[in-house]
Amino acid sequence: MNNHLKVLLNGIIKENPIFVLLLGMCPTLATTSSAINGMSMGLATLFVLTCSNAVISMLKNLIPDMVRIPAYIVVIATFVTIIEMMMKAYVPALADSLGIFIPLIVVNCVVLGRAESFASRNGVAPSIFDGLGIGLGFTFALTLLGAVRELLGTGKIFSLNIYPEQFGSLIFVLAPGAFIALGYLIALFNKLQKKESTN
Amino acid sequence: MEIIGIIIVAIFVNNVVLAQFLGICPFLGVSKKVDTAIGMGLAVTFVMTIATIVTFLLQRGVLETFGLEYLQTITFILVIAALVQMVEIILKKISPSLYQALGVFLPLITTNCAILGVAILVTQKDYNLLESVIYAIATSIGFALALIIFSGIREQLALTKVPKAMKGIPLALITAGIMAMAFMGFSGIDQVFK
Repeated sequence: MNNHLKVLLNGIIKENPIFVLLLGMCPTLATTSSAINGMSMGLATLFVLTCSNAVISMLKNLIPDMVRIPAYIVVIATFVTIIEMMMKAYVPALADSLGIFIPLIVVNCVVLGRAESFASRNGVAPSIFDGLGIGLGFTFALTLLGAVRELLGTGKIFSLNIYPEQFGSLIFVLAPGAFIALGYLIALFNKLQKKESTN
Repeated sequence: MEIIGIIIVAIFVNNVVLAQFLGICPFLGVSKKVDTAIGMGLAVTFVMTIATIVTFLLQRGVLETFGLEYLQTITFILVIAALVQMVEIILKKISPSLYQALGVFLPLITTNCAILGVAILVTQKDYNLLESVIYAIATSIGFALALIIFSGIREQLALTKVPKAMKGIPLALITAGIMAMAFMGFSGIDQVFK
């Protein structure tokens, strides 16, 4: 069990997909105009990542090496279609605001990357925990970025007022703010990590 | 007039990288040198145009005819993956010089979300075949434009002294943010063509 916890924590901090591995940038930048949007995108990816990791680790001995990438993509696309249909049925407003980035989870390098580098080499249980860990790390990063942008742009976090809206700078909700906020967050993460390793 | 509007909007106003956030991975990954940026831009233009035509025909001819729209994601990504492989094989045979220039970039394109993104966007916008092709070409020109400008800036940035934590990707992202601000200046230009 301790081992599983280690795999889980590894994904959240040491191998955080956004801040450390720098994978999956497109949904990160596009869907984080508010904390709630970022979190839902993160959770959708978490679902796809965990399920596809589980299925791929079960099938790893059946899939011939030559066609493994297309086979992985089919498995991933299946779960993406499931979550897309579920979101359209139960949370249509959210599905609208995430829009095209739900089907685009298929080409998120984080998902295919974990299938190739972890699930194809490990058993079912560790693969599920790896999917959960990386997915949580992804969700954490997206929620944080969404919260920062929402706070700087509109003075709110999760729609809770922190300071009056007219003091916010709208640029952080728009496209340029996404790049700038993520740039500074990664720099901050670098700074903190380096300090940890030197002390 | 409408066609010109589509072109201007796709290149400048709704730039695929800087406003729609598609294709960020190659944008950050292969933008360290201007030469590779030009190669990548050409390869994306080539594949995006062909992929859009094929997926458009599939969507109208097969998926919509048989009521299988929910299979869109799976079909499109498989078709694009197969298409990239095929383009690679055909290019190798027909035009080795072009293959030499684009070859390294082709495998990377399968995971370029701009290709799948444009294929899906075109069906959502209800364009006809001609409009779809023009939209795909204009979008990829926008991608190439952003990539080449960005790589020019990054070549200069590599020579400057910056704080250690900011080096590399963080600085590149902030540069992209400033570029996105510059491109926001084009918004509203599409009103002229309506």
